[in-house]
Parts: sequence; structure tokens; C-alpha cells
Amino acid sequence: MAVTYRLRVDPIACDGHGLCAELLPERITLDDWGFPIVDGAEVDERLLAHARRAVELCPRLALRLERVA
Amino acid sequence: MSAAAAAELERQDSPGADGETGLPRLLAGLGEDGWPVPLSRHRHLYPAPPRLGRRHDDLLVAVERSGLTGRGGAGFPTGRKMRAVSAGRRRPVVVVNGSEGEPTSRKDTLLLRAAPHLVLDGAVLAAAAIGTREVVVAVDRKATKALQSMEWAVGQRRSAEPGPSVRVVALPHRYVAGEESALVHWINGGPAKPTLTPPRPFESGVDARPTLVDNVETLAHLAQVVRWGPDWFREVGTAAEPGTMLVTMSGAIDRPGVYEVPLGGRLSEVVRAAGGSPSRMEAVLIGGYFGSWLDGAKARRARLSNEHLRPLGSGLGCGAIVVLPQEACGLHETARILDWLAGETAGQCGSCVHGLAAIAGATAAVSRGAGSDATVESLHRWATQIEGRGACRFPDGAVRLLRSALNVFGDDVERHLRGEACATGPSVLPIPTTKGQPWR
Repeated sequence: MAVTYRLRVDPIACDGHGLCAELLPERITLDDWGFPIVDGAEVDERLLAHARRAVELCPRLALRLERVA
Repeated sequence: MSAAAAAELERQDSPGADGETGLPRLLAGLGEDGWPVPLSRHRHLYPAPPRLGRRHDDLLVAVERSGLTGRGGAGFPTGRKMRAVSAGRRRPVVVVNGSEGEPTSRKDTLLLRAAPHLVLDGAVLAAAAIGTREVVVAVDRKATKALQSMEWAVGQRRSAEPGPSVRVVALPHRYVAGEESALVHWINGGPAKPTLTPPRPFESGVDARPTLVDNVETLAHLAQVVRWGPDWFREVGTAAEPGTMLVTMSGAIDRPGVYEVPLGGRLSEVVRAAGGSPSRMEAVLIGGYFGSWLDGAKARRARLSNEHLRPLGSGLGCGAIVVLPQEACGLHETARILDWLAGETAGQCGSCVHGLAAIAGATAAVSRGAGSDATVESLHRWATQIEGRGACRFPDGAVRLLRSALNVFGDDVERHLRGEACATGPSVLPIPTTKGQPWR
């Protein structure tokens, strides 16, 4: 079975910079106060590189890409 | 003596066995006038727990067979949690959660105060079951009588019988301090604020060891399960939720206080027992300020079990029940509760900090007649936005309360929007002054 991933945000670490939503609008939107709402759906091959970039560029290191079993 | 005769003798000793209902159970073991039952008297009914150190699997099996569920709010099967904690590689810790931050609940404080040895037996038996000798009893530092009673009871044991190391600690007086990750965080030296989970305390808690965090009432039931057996425990309650539960009654009733009811029993029965009138109920808050509103018609039919309440969008929570007084405006009271909840955020998660403040502000605006359809729309949008996004479930509780209020008090919302807000009605529900209390 192919390895799949999903995104998760640490809401305590997150400060609402909002970079992630710009880099990955397919999975991340912002709430009325600028904090990310992360879609828990699988991150497929197509989005993986973008997702990795969003994770690396989060100034608070609050975004994680987790392997799904 | 025959086995049947022995069983009969056993039953005569069990609390409440003379009545037809077999109730009360926990409340039968309270000291008079709120004074704690001394150890010598407690030991007439409850033998000292077994030696600690090794795992007593028979105790764990008894708890599993009893079907006991947590009485702190989540209702998780206690035996399953104990099994998970004991499966860890390191020696576990037992934490008695006596925070009772819910302003309309009194039952845990009552047990800590008047039946400290029953609670301690439960904690020590849980420790024996999972093979540890370390117990921490956490009590809200403002519950001074409960704290004194617990310290006195621990002192009595220290000189009278060998036992585990029991530490009594005084928790900050904050609502979320009782959330289990916050409780563990504080015991470990941090602020009493929730942490990101997983890992949950059952995996990594106090000193990074597997930690069993159980509510006070849950442990009191556990002591009775061990004493009289899982079958006795299941004689009342439902198959999925056996036993009794303590409910704290307040609001439009003549005799507020703590009552013991069978799980699955009728809400209207306990309302009547507390001197209220089920036929006049317009709305009932179940589960306290972290709970949800039920309208009068549903409340009159409601049974006190999660199985019954969950489909109604409600749940038992910690068992606090508030009957809305007729002169009160449910919308106004909800706005007051939400304002308090917003002030109780740990301030860690953006969606909770900003979302709860916005929700409290908008609900207050609707309540005083300054809202519009757009305000109500925003409330629904924010509820959807913040649900499930905190590190803990605190914001979800506020959302549940809000949604139930918009639903149950829908007519009031309409009236308030049309400019027919209640004339500065009375503020009836008690709102504590926890704002500004320290987190350490």
C-alpha cells in the first residue's frame, strides 16, 4: 500500500501567520481571525511537495505532515 | 452457613439494600452534616485495600465487568482506561481529579468532604489494580473544606495502616485546570493549561509515566464495585451505563443539592424529588455550563443516560442540572455563561481565544436587542469554524451550549431581533469570579 499523509496543526504553537493557507489553499483555509482551518483529508502525491513546503516555512513550526498508518 | 445465607448477609451490609430501589449507594456513606467519616468507622464496612506493588488483575477484571463509566463528563469506560494505563512499560500513577470547575456542580466536593476514605479507597484500589503505589489527589484550592478533609483523611491512614504514598495537591481555581492534560501539566510543574494530545495522560502523564486520571465520583463507585461486586453494581442503571450517578440540582427547585439517581432514570423524577415542577419546566440545562439546554417537552421525557441524551444533542456531562426559572430569559443567561466561558480560555489556541470572545459578544448583543439576522448568521459560522480546533475540547463545549440555546430559545431569539428584548430581566444563574485567578 502506498504511504499517504495528512496535515495537522498544533493550535497552541500556531500564531496565525497564515503563510500555510497561501501555500496550500487546497487543504488550508483561514478562519475569521486568520487562524488556519486544516482539512484532514489525505494529501496526495500531487500536493505533497506543496504541503512539505508549507510545513517547512511555518514560522512557528506548528504545521505537521503525518503519515497515515 | 450456606452460600445463599452468606450472600444475604453481604447484601444486608451493602448501602441502600433495605429500600426497594437499592438507593442511595454513595450518599449512604456520607458523614453527618458534611463531616468526614473517620477511618475507624469507614473500615466497619470497607476492608483495607490489598498490598500494593504487584498488579491485582482480579480488581481490574471486576471494574471491567461492572461496566463503570467515568462520572467527570466524558463517560469513558473506566476499566478500559485502567487496562490501557497498565499496558504501559513504566510504572503508572493514579491522579484523583477533584477539580470540579463546573460552577453548578457540587457532588465531587461533597464526596471529598464527607466521604474522603471512600474516595481514597477507590484511588488505592485503582492503584492496586494497575500495579502502582503512587496516588495524587488534586483538589481545587478554593474548596478549602474538601482539601482539609482530604488531608485529614490521608493523615489518619498514614498512622493507622500501611498504604501507598498519597499526595494531596491544591489546584488553581480555573475551569480548564480539570481537563486531564492541564491537570497533568500542572502536577508536572507547568501552568494548569491543556497540552497538545496525543500523547494522552494514559500514555505519558505525570513524570512522563502512564497516568490514570479519574474523577472523584468514579473512584468512589470503584470502591463500591470492589466491595460488593460487579453484579451488585449492575443491579441498577442500564446495560450500557450501569449503576447510579450523582446529580447536582439547582435553579427553579425548592431543595437544591446533590441527589443520587439510577442511570437511565427519569429527569422529571429527580426534578420532583428536588421540589421542582416538571410540568412547568420551560428549559433545563444538563451538564452545567459545559452542557446543553433541553426544551421543556424533551426534558419531561428525558432519561438520564448518555445513550438517551446524545441523540437529543445533549449528554450527562458531570451531572449538573439547572432548571431555568420562569422569570429568567434563557438567552440572557446563556450570554452570561458564554461570557464567563470566554474568560476561562487558557489563551493558547487562536480559534478559542478569538472565537469564544466573538461568540460571547454577539450572543450578548442579540440578548440585549442589538443584534440582527447577520449577528445570528455569524454565530452559526463561528460555531462551525471553531469546533474541533482547540488543543482540548473546551471551545467545543461552548459551541454545544450556544447551538442548544439558539435551538431551544429560537423564539426568544426572533423576539429579541424584532426589538422585543426582555426588559432588563433578572440575572439568575450564578457566575463565578474566576477571571484573574493564577494558572500556577
